[in-house]
Amino acid sequence: MPGTPKLAVWKFASCDGCQLTLLDCEEELLAITRKLRIANFPEATRKVIRGPYDLSLVEGSITTEDDVKRIKKVRRASKFLVAIGACATAGGIQALRNFSDIEKYVSLVYARPEYIQTLEKSTPIAAHVPVDFELRGCPISKEQLIELISAFLCGRKPNIYPHSLCLECKIRGNICVMIAHGIPCLGPVTHAGCGALCPAYRRGCYGCYGPKETPNTASLSNRFRLLGVPKDDLMRMYRNFNAFAEPFCRESKANE
Amino acid sequence: MNKTVKVDFLARVEGEGGLYIKIKNDQVVNVQLKIFEPPRFFEAFLRGRKFTEAPDITARICGICPIAHQLSTAQALEDALGIKVGGPLRDLRRLIACGEWIESHVLHIYMLHAPDFLGYTDAIQMARDYPEIVERGLKLKQTGNEIVALLGGRSIHPVNVRVGGFYSVPEKKDLVMIAEKLKWGREAALETVRWTATLPFPEMEYDYEFVALYHQSEYPLNEGRIGSTKGLDIAAQEYDDYFEEEQVSYTNALHSVLKDRGAYFVGPMARYNLNFDLFPSSVQEAARQTGLSSFCCNPFQSIIVRSLEVLYAYEEALRIIEQYEMPDQPYLEVPLRAKVGHALTEAPRGSLYHRFRIDEQGIIQDVKIVPPTSQNQKIMESDLYQVAKQNLNLPKDKLSWICEQAIRNYDPCISCSAHFLKIHLERF
Repeated sequence: MPGTPKLAVWKFASCDGCQLTLLDCEEELLAITRKLRIANFPEATRKVIRGPYDLSLVEGSITTEDDVKRIKKVRRASKFLVAIGACATAGGIQALRNFSDIEKYVSLVYARPEYIQTLEKSTPIAAHVPVDFELRGCPISKEQLIELISAFLCGRKPNIYPHSLCLECKIRGNICVMIAHGIPCLGPVTHAGCGALCPAYRRGCYGCYGPKETPNTASLSNRFRLLGVPKDDLMRMYRNFNAFAEPFCRESKANE
Repeated sequence: MNKTVKVDFLARVEGEGGLYIKIKNDQVVNVQLKIFEPPRFFEAFLRGRKFTEAPDITARICGICPIAHQLSTAQALEDALGIKVGGPLRDLRRLIACGEWIESHVLHIYMLHAPDFLGYTDAIQMARDYPEIVERGLKLKQTGNEIVALLGGRSIHPVNVRVGGFYSVPEKKDLVMIAEKLKWGREAALETVRWTATLPFPEMEYDYEFVALYHQSEYPLNEGRIGSTKGLDIAAQEYDDYFEEEQVSYTNALHSVLKDRGAYFVGPMARYNLNFDLFPSSVQEAARQTGLSSFCCNPFQSIIVRSLEVLYAYEEALRIIEQYEMPDQPYLEVPLRAKVGHALTEAPRGSLYHRFRIDEQGIIQDVKIVPPTSQNQKIMESDLYQVAKQNLNLPKDKLSWICEQAIRNYDPCISCSAHFLKIHLERF
């Protein structure tokens, strides 16, 4: 239908999980496609409609020269650009290379490293182009994605709050794993969105939604030390799917 | 006649790839499946991590089959540490793998593959003419996701799988809750089998060597020996003696081959051809009703085989739930030791091999990961060659479409492979 806003989904270095979240909206998917025209979504369709695009969802991090250029073209073709997931908002798990020597990495995996084109660092979308909104998580939450799309269609701001996971634990009625069982948990410094899954399964949060607004990581690390977490383990706790997000990056370096 | 078929951006596959076929004087002279997913170096950054962190990290290789990666990792590490997970914990692992087979297969059957047979660009277009069918697919997929989410917390990158078992296990009543949905799913899966069998299949048969797990007493998901239709019979620990990966100069990736034998075929058709007798009689009967024999070697018919595996996964999930007794402990304690461990599980797309070497503190020293799509690359190229040869006279757009369809027969998961190389390609 002409006049229906056009949706595009773009992929950079990633696992596909965040764009799969859109296909996992089984009950909502057909309704969404009545309000938004899928104009570029290679994982779902071979049909491509030319830009400009009203809403672009961008998955993945930037790891190659070509992708540095491609994200700029995507930005130019997009009215509203949303980075989705830990790769797009923080560089993802592949940003672990940012703490090491990339040439060593390439030669570890490939017999003939000269064929490999890759940048030294894996960086988030916002390091290259202005981003209108970020959805956190590894993977993103389906509910937050639907909220984002609804907000876009209604022309309002998405109701997605930057508070910590602890609040979600309280809402869910979880018993605090750190207080009750002495299990180290990143919940106090981690962005809400998953619904406090890990504590519900009796394990500590491992921070897949990245840092909350104004996280006090140094204080949490002190608490971890009192629980007997060795320095190496403490460093690696922050060095995960959001390792390159500034507060986590800083805290992991402080524990090197 | 000279023709060049070039698809820069393969659609309806997971990840980024393209294909290139050159036809000169009525001969197919060059076929390349190009994969330009940027490398992510999992094997490198897993070094120095503690073994307990590995299942959460390898899950991130692939958003479509995180469970397969978690289970291959957990089992390879258990092999290294000398423990074996049995009883209800083993059953729960089968159950979560069933959930993943269902969601992944149904996604492929209804949303990625079927539109090819019926001439639609995607499932959304298909839904305009076949709304009930697409809605059935979406509901079947959702039920698979619910199994994974029930055991793992969420359907993508679930949080509950660990070395030795699970962080927390469900009570019987939690599982029984979804039994009614699974019964619906079993019926809908049977309808799916019947529906896929009515699709128009291009003729194509080839003498493939099929490689998959096989097992004495059950259709294989996570355990068994590695067998082939040409006599291979080895344990996962012997994998590196029989298989090797080659880096190919002209294009994209580490191609996996059987030493001295070459290309081989992994995935649902390989499992089916090696294990048909282990399907319950109801699934065997459903296969017979479609006219499929116990051996299928037309890759276009993989859509029927996938739907038979969905039917099996629903039956197996129901069986596990009915006989489940909650274990006393959610996981086995793991004693540390320095050793190498191996495991091969059946991801939805085929055999997934993981090898881990750890030191006496449990720190990872070395990792090897061989996903199904890198194993199928050579076969996909030889299929492209066959399909192009058989359809030389089709107009270019039709030829291009059937070549794309031939690749989608394998449900390739390009994101899965951390091995794939970046090649230059113009896009956008």
